[in-house]
Formats: sequence, C-alpha cells, structure tokens
Amino acid sequence: MSATWDSTVNHQPLDRRDGATGATAATDELERTWSERPGLAGWICAVGHKSIGKRFIVTAFCFFVVAGLLAVAMRLQLARPDSKLIGPDLYNQIFTLHGTTMMFLFAVPVMQAMAVYLVPLMIGTRNSALPRMTAYGYWMYLFGGLMIFTAFAIDMSPDNGWFSYPPLAGPEYSSGKRSDFWAQLITFTEVSGLIVSVDLITTIFKLRAPGMTLARMPLFVWAMLVTAFMIIFAMPAVMLASTMLIMDRLVGTHFFNAAAGGDPLLWQHLFWFFGHPEVYFIFIPGLGFMSMIIATFARRPVFGRAAMVLSLIATAFFSFGLWVHHMFATNIPEVGKAFFTAMSMMIAIPTAVQIFCWIATLWKGRLHLRTPLYFILAFFFILLLGGLTGLILGAVPLDLQVHDTYFVVAHLHYVLIGGAVFPLFGAWYYWFPKITGRMMGERLGRWNFWLFFIGFNVAFYPMHHLGLAGMPRRVYTYGAETGWGPLNLLSTVGGAMIAVSVLLFIVNVVKSRRHGEPAGDNPWGAASLEWATASPPPACNFRAIPVVWSEEPLWEPLRRPTHVSGLAVDSREVVSTTVLDAQPDHRYHSPSPTPWPFIAAIATTVMFIASIFTPWAVVWGSIPIMIAMIAWFWPRAGETRKQLVLEKRP
Amino acid sequence: MKGLIHALEPAGPQAAHIASLWWFALALCALVFVAVLGALFVALRRAPRATGGTPPDVTSLHAPEPGARRSVIGAVALSSVGLIALLVASVATDRALAQLSLVDAIGIEVVGHQWWWDVHYDDADPSRTFSTANELHIPVGRPVLLTLKSDDVIHSFWVPNLHGKKDLIPGRTTTLQLQADKPGAYRGQCAEFCGAQHAFMAFLVIAEAPDAYQKWAEAQRKPAREPIDPEQARGRDLFLSGSCMLCHAIQGTPANGRKAPDLTHLASRTTLAAGRLANDAGNLRDWIEDPQRFKPGVNMPAHHVPEDQIKALVTYLRSLE
Repeated sequence: MSATWDSTVNHQPLDRRDGATGATAATDELERTWSERPGLAGWICAVGHKSIGKRFIVTAFCFFVVAGLLAVAMRLQLARPDSKLIGPDLYNQIFTLHGTTMMFLFAVPVMQAMAVYLVPLMIGTRNSALPRMTAYGYWMYLFGGLMIFTAFAIDMSPDNGWFSYPPLAGPEYSSGKRSDFWAQLITFTEVSGLIVSVDLITTIFKLRAPGMTLARMPLFVWAMLVTAFMIIFAMPAVMLASTMLIMDRLVGTHFFNAAAGGDPLLWQHLFWFFGHPEVYFIFIPGLGFMSMIIATFARRPVFGRAAMVLSLIATAFFSFGLWVHHMFATNIPEVGKAFFTAMSMMIAIPTAVQIFCWIATLWKGRLHLRTPLYFILAFFFILLLGGLTGLILGAVPLDLQVHDTYFVVAHLHYVLIGGAVFPLFGAWYYWFPKITGRMMGERLGRWNFWLFFIGFNVAFYPMHHLGLAGMPRRVYTYGAETGWGPLNLLSTVGGAMIAVSVLLFIVNVVKSRRHGEPAGDNPWGAASLEWATASPPPACNFRAIPVVWSEEPLWEPLRRPTHVSGLAVDSREVVSTTVLDAQPDHRYHSPSPTPWPFIAAIATTVMFIASIFTPWAVVWGSIPIMIAMIAWFWPRAGETRKQLVLEKRP
Repeated sequence: MKGLIHALEPAGPQAAHIASLWWFALALCALVFVAVLGALFVALRRAPRATGGTPPDVTSLHAPEPGARRSVIGAVALSSVGLIALLVASVATDRALAQLSLVDAIGIEVVGHQWWWDVHYDDADPSRTFSTANELHIPVGRPVLLTLKSDDVIHSFWVPNLHGKKDLIPGRTTTLQLQADKPGAYRGQCAEFCGAQHAFMAFLVIAEAPDAYQKWAEAQRKPAREPIDPEQARGRDLFLSGSCMLCHAIQGTPANGRKAPDLTHLASRTTLAAGRLANDAGNLRDWIEDPQRFKPGVNMPAHHVPEDQIKALVTYLRSLE
C-alpha cells in the first residue's frame, strides 16, 4: 500500500510538505494554514471543526442548563398540591419549552456537536468534509434557539407541548403566534440537523485516514454514522408536518382540520415517524460513548465488535417501525397495534446484545475506575430500568393504563438521561483533557456523579408510582385529595440534587480549565487516533496524517508506513480515501474561513422569523439568502489558481 | 373530590385483565433487572484493578473468546424468550379485553369539551335519553359501551380503576367497553394535554347497585324541578333572563345552550367545574362570581351581580336535584 500511496502524493519541495519529521518551518506554516483568523472577524469566519465543535458543545450545554432550570421551576410548582406559584399559562409554556429545548436544542445537537469535534480526530483527518456548511448549520441552530427564548421572554413561547398536537396547536385553539414560533424552531433545527448529518456522513465516508477500513472504524464513529443516516430519514417527516401546521395556521390550509376533511391523526403519524427514531438518535451516540470509554477503562477492546456494529444498525432500522406505540389510545385497528407491540419488543434485542457485550468486556478486563467510567456504569442501572419500563409501554394493554401519565415521564427520563446524558457526562470527563489539555478534577467529579445518580433516582423513580396512581402528565397542579403530594415533594428534592450536581460540574469545568493537571497526549492510555496528537490538538490536528493498521491503532505495535506525508503545508489539503477500504483516493482541498455561512444564516433567520408574520416573507426573504449563497460559492481567482498549481505538480 | 384512583386496584374485569398482565410483566422485568445487574456486579468485583498506564490486553483482536461468546449468545437467547413471553401475554390480554360481552350493555356517549365532559345516556326510546355532565353513573355488573367524541381538541377518557384510556378525537368516533364489579366512586381524568385547564378536567364514575342506578336514571330523565318558593322563582328568572342560558341547558325551561354543562339536575352531582370543587352552595356562588379564580382560562365568564340576585340564583340552582 505504501508504494501506491507514495506515487499518488504530490512532490513539492521538501520544506513545503507536511510530515511527522518535517522541518520546523513546515510545521509552523502548516499550523498557520489551518489556524482560524484572529479576533471577532475570525470567530465569525471560523470553519475549523474544532472551533465549531467547541462552540456547538458549549451552546448545547447552555440550552441544557436553561431547560434544566425550567424543569426546576416545574418541580417547585408541583412540590405541593394546589400550588399557586406558577399559573397554567406560564406552566404550559414552561413544560413545552423544557421538552422542546431538551429534544431539539440539546439532546440531538449536542451529540452532533461532539461528533463535529471528535470524528475528524478519531478518523485521522484535518477538518470535516463540508466545514462551511457545518458553520452554517451551527449558526442556524444558535439563531433558532435564540429566537425561541426571545419568544419566551416576551410571553410568546409555544404552550402546546413539544409534540404540538393539532387541533390544539391549530389556528382555532391556539391563537396568537406561539405555535408558529414552535413550528419555525423545528425548521431551524431541521436545517441544522440535516446539514450536520450530511457533513458527518461525507467526512466519515471520504476522509478516513488511509487504512481505516469500515471494519476498523471506532465504534463512536460507527454510532454517529448510523445516527446521521437516521436523521436524514426521520427529519423530513417532522419537517413536512411542521410546514403543514404552519400552513394551516398562516395560509388557511386544512391538513389537520377534521371539519374540513383533514385529520388530526395525520399529524401524530408524521410527528412520531420522526419522534420515535429521534429517541434512538439521541441514544445511539450514547452507545458510541459507552463503547469507547469501556474499552479504555477496561484496558481491552470491546468484546464482540461486529455484533456491536450490527446492533447499532439493527436498532436504527427497528426504530422506524414503532412510532404507533405513541398512539395506542387512538382508534387504530387492534391487529396493527399488535404489530407495533412486536416491534417494540424486538428493538430490545440489539440493545441487550450490546449490554451483554459490554458486561463481557468488563468481566474480562482490568478496571481503571475513574469518573468517566462511573458515569458509564450508571448507564447499566438507569437505562436498564428505563428499557424495561419501555417494554411495559410497548404492550398495548399496559400502555392504555400508563400512557400520558407520570409513568411515561419516569420512563423517558430513565431512557434519555440514563441512555444519553450519563454517557455524555462520562464523555465530557473523558475528552475534556483532549479538548483543553487539562484533566478534570476527580474529587469534584465523584461528587458530581453521586449527587447526579442519587438525585436522578430520587427525582424520577417516584414518578412510576404517581403514574400508576393516576397522575396524568402536563398538569400544572393537582388537588390534595388525589394523594399525589408526598411523592411529588420527594421528586422535587431529587430535582434539587440534580441541579446542585450540574452546578458542581460547571465549577469543575471552570476550575480544571485553568488549574487542572496537564493531560499530555494520552492521559487514559486509550486506543483511538484522537489520542495520538497533542492535547489540545494543533490547528491541523495531525502534523502528518496517520496510516491505520488496526481497529485499536494506539494499542498495537506501529507498522510502516506510520503516516502519510506530502500534503501541501501552505494550502488546506486533506487526504480523501475510498468508502469501504480507505485506500488513498485523491487530495481534497478543504475550504478556507469565510464569513458567508454566517451572513447566509442571518438572511435565512430573517426569512424564517418574518414568515411567521407574513407568508410573503418567503418570497422577498429568499432574495438575501440567494445573494449570500452566491457570494459563498463564487469561485475566488486566487484560490483556484493555487489549487490548479497544486493539482498540476507531478 | 374523593374517588378511587389507581390502575392496580381494579374494580372491573377490564382493569383486572390489565393488572394481571402488569404483575406478570413486572415479575419478568424484575428478574431481568436483577440478573443483568448481578452479572455486572460480579464482573466489577472480579476484574482486577488497573491504571491508565496498564498495558492494554489486545489478545482478543487475534484470538476468539469462545467462553464470552457462549455467555452472550445464551443471554440474548434467554432475553428473546422473555420478550416472546411478554408479547404473547400482551396479545392474550388484548383478546380478553375485546371479549367483554356487550349483551344488555348501557350505551353512553361522552363528548369532550375544553374542559368538561358532556354525557348523554342513550336509549332505544328517544324520550328516555338524558344528558348530564362530569359524572357517570353505571350499574354494577352490567357492561357499558362508551362512545367517545370531541367537540374541540383531542382529549382522553381515563378511569384507571375500570380500564385504560381512550382518546376523544375530533372527526372520529372511538369506543371503550368497560364494566364495574364493585360499587364505588372512581375518579377519572383527561389524559391528553388539552390546553390551559387540562389539569382540572376530571370526572367521577359512580358504580352502584342496579336498583339504585335505575332510581338515579329515572330521576335524571325528568325535567328540572319547578321552583317551590319566590326566591327560587326569582333565581330561575335571573337564569333565563341573563347570559346563563346562552351556554347552559335546563330541561323543562327555555334554556337550551349546548356550550356548557347541562344543569337540569345540577344539585344531584358531587362536584362542580369538572371535579374542581365540591358541589355546595358556597362553592357554587364563588364559581359563578369568579370562575377564573379556580380554573384560569376557563370559558365561563365572571358574573358580578348584586348580593340578592346571586343568592336567588344559587338557591334556584341548588334546588335542581
């Protein structure tokens, strides 16, 4: 392989090429080439996957904290019966915004954000494949989030739940602009989610380091590949639905109006055809974190790698076949429901396979017990409980009792927090040293973990009982005679513990970023490529693109060639490889920093928000977007000339 | 409002079927939970400790691990058996729920409104049908066929002690079959988020002995009682001359509004405002004067009327047994 590779690289003068042993001058120039520009302008123009990934993660975390504070407000209101703290109008806005933010502005984007940062490092390349598009995706996400919280600040935020069922969310029962803000937020997050998915798939398929065949790809990268495909197949359904809703509301169509021949159930089918896979594309990246962290802290590769990958893919497929289990209480024919019960049971199997493989890994491993592993071990307890209550919800007769009660609230938090948030916190502890160059505090980490773990169970376990005792979801208060008071109070205490634990996490991050122990390249002794470079990684990620010979590249003896050399240092060149076998294919010129994604995102934001108030905004609002996009894609003479020169060199 | 409310304290065959499935599923899930966490616990106890510097063990990359492989395959096979058992039990319960005999069933139509329940008792003889609100009476031991509709948004009818829930969907008609075997008052509540007062859209199902039920139904079929004293008569006049009759109906009077609960036998009911308040004179008066205090967002407007008028109105409404 090395022979074929050498003949395809361009032979520049020696000091113009990269390489692990390259001259200092070349290394410096490589670093300059890949650095973002300085200052505010540079910040706006940034297209590096690390810059975008970091701000994406921080933004998503901010939304997590805000939505968490909304949850604290709800818990305070529900702590005792007949509480007058928050009235129904505000409460309904709060629970809607909590759910909407957690699902659309935190859970899905934060996983994509982690991938934007980690995937190029894990697969050994210098940037993501479509970095300008990713920048545009980030800005759209940020502006959408700012829009919905501005709406909340001026008492115009949606109040029909994150699922926004018509006719309640339709023109007749939801006057004003609240539901329109919800529908447009969905449009923003769809644009962002789809764009980042396309970027991730392209990056994973085309920019893997030579030798990293699909079979050798890290399991987190596999998880993100599967997730990105799921997003591409699932998101159009909700995109269609939210567009139909906003058309019902703004231009008088009747898609969901039963009185005019529409059907409210159409919404539910479209929404859950997206909504159920959505749960899994929050969960699958969590599974990816699990596999990476377990391997490192058990000091051995994950057992049953092929089974793990196939399980991820099977989960993705099955997840598209169970949306109706959100609709068992409607009048869908019984035989159809039985099919969806069977699917809901079947999807447990791939998850079971993975859980058993991880236990086998831990069983045969040697354990390095650090904070990231604690968060991972909590997964087994919490997710398992949530998964089992999921089976209960999948059985039609049981679902009829517990559907839309606090039992479901308990279930979904066990699944999402256990399956995604605990692994995510583990991932933050695990990759923080890579991102910042410093370790997070272990003592605070343990406090963070135990408070979160105990607080979580105190907050959510009682909700199972409340649901069985008849407490429906989405109620702003309840009478004392229902007897639901004591368990609700207990749940609020648990909520407070979670809030304190997240505060400790923030303290730990702030402290460790300044004063943490320096991490070195590979503090955990991990196997994947991101640990082969400095912490934090240089602007070019790797001074030379590594060549991969194993599925655990840093754990196996080096083989020659160890890296690829010969890419230009004065131009943003990356190696493109073939999809299956990662054979070097060609050199790809990665886009340079530009403000146009930012400007295009502003133009799109103006159009989206204005269209809430007048449908004509779709017409005139498109013009600035078009101008920004043309400027964005207009070929620049200097760059073209440089690329031609690089291309023509033998 | 008192009333039993718990999914696992069944008072009829439907809820009982579901409760048995629940206990089966719970036992199965508990078994799985203990087994998996047990295996994890043993794994964590037996694995030796390491540090980040411990050289990784990569032998598994080059040699198969037949022992672990067998264990994982075995565990997956066992899980599949458990899942199939749960599926079979679920489908069997579904069948059992569908097989409640509807011979001699009472037909009741329930229409959901923001935020109250409109209840119509059906009869082969149209003159024997009658309407009430927020309170269903049913005879013990006799099946009930509920026809569920919605006048505005989606609601969901749920009485945990009797059966699971069923949605009321605009433009569609859904049905629910249930039966109470034990007399008692069972609390129900809307389970599908339906707007500002979703929290207070409750109702009662009162299961009573067949003769008590017949007595109640006969009383409900009658038109409203005529006023027996001048105060009540004045109250009725106020009701009929004011805005009340635009939304409410009282059978036997010209009031025939359909946008709000039928008040023909208001005083016979246990609660006011869909379970929000106990039905007594003080609450009735407070409710008429300022409904928003109890159910912010409710469609009923406030009525600030002089002291003597409100008294007469309450006296009249309290006489409608």
